[in-house]
Amino acid sequence: MLRISAELRSKIIAHATADHPDEACGVIAGPAGSDWPERFIPMLNAERSPTFYRFDSLEQLHVWREMDDRDEEPVVIYHSHTATEAYPSRTDISYASEPGAHYVLISTADLARPQFRSFRIVDGDVTEEDVAVEPE
Amino acid sequence: MIVPDGPLEATGIYAYAQSWSRQNMAIEVRIPTILRTYTGGAKSVEGSGSTLAELIADLDGRFDGLGDRLMDDAGLRRFINVYLNDEDVRFIGGLAAPVTDGDTVTVLPAVAGGAR
Repeated sequence: MLRISAELRSKIIAHATADHPDEACGVIAGPAGSDWPERFIPMLNAERSPTFYRFDSLEQLHVWREMDDRDEEPVVIYHSHTATEAYPSRTDISYASEPGAHYVLISTADLARPQFRSFRIVDGDVTEEDVAVEPE
Repeated sequence: MIVPDGPLEATGIYAYAQSWSRQNMAIEVRIPTILRTYTGGAKSVEGSGSTLAELIADLDGRFDGLGDRLMDDAGLRRFINVYLNDEDVRFIGGLAAPVTDGDTVTVLPAVAGGAR
């Protein structure tokens, strides 16, 4: 189960909506071992594409180093699908490389009603999980 | 008298210094979570070599299978980012990029995906 604050959930959706029709992506860092997302880090989509995303490699290096220095880990890795449902695609599954992270997918296919879902992706296996939104 | 085993121009004390520095060259390599199964859980390991390709070969000799996760037949795997200090090695010569004692090499799987 993903536990996340209402504020962070709104920030993710706002980022996805703002970047529509391109895919938006980012990370929410949290204290290592806590499984609690705290620090919102919207990332550039280096592909600037409606069908693909990739973190900019240098931005990723800086963010990962910063997390290391602060004893944090990527608790949530999110990205949006802008014309399809919020479910990991074949490419999402093949590149998923953080077995400890919650992979959050947002669909902005219907901008008025964005979908927000969370998954674990481990060794190519996808498991959807509940999302518990904690009040502020 | 030191007999050089390297190139002809390397003789005497110079050859000795060169071979000493080769043997003692340590490059820190930071390993991402997903590849730590190859390093016995270590977050960082040391390696040697004068280019990134040599460094990877050295690591693969001690951490069997690691090289295969970093490279395929075409070179560095497309969705593995390798950094030399603060630079993405793709912009500084890829596998031919020179590495030296005191450098830090960081490996990070690219975070990527798409709608299909």
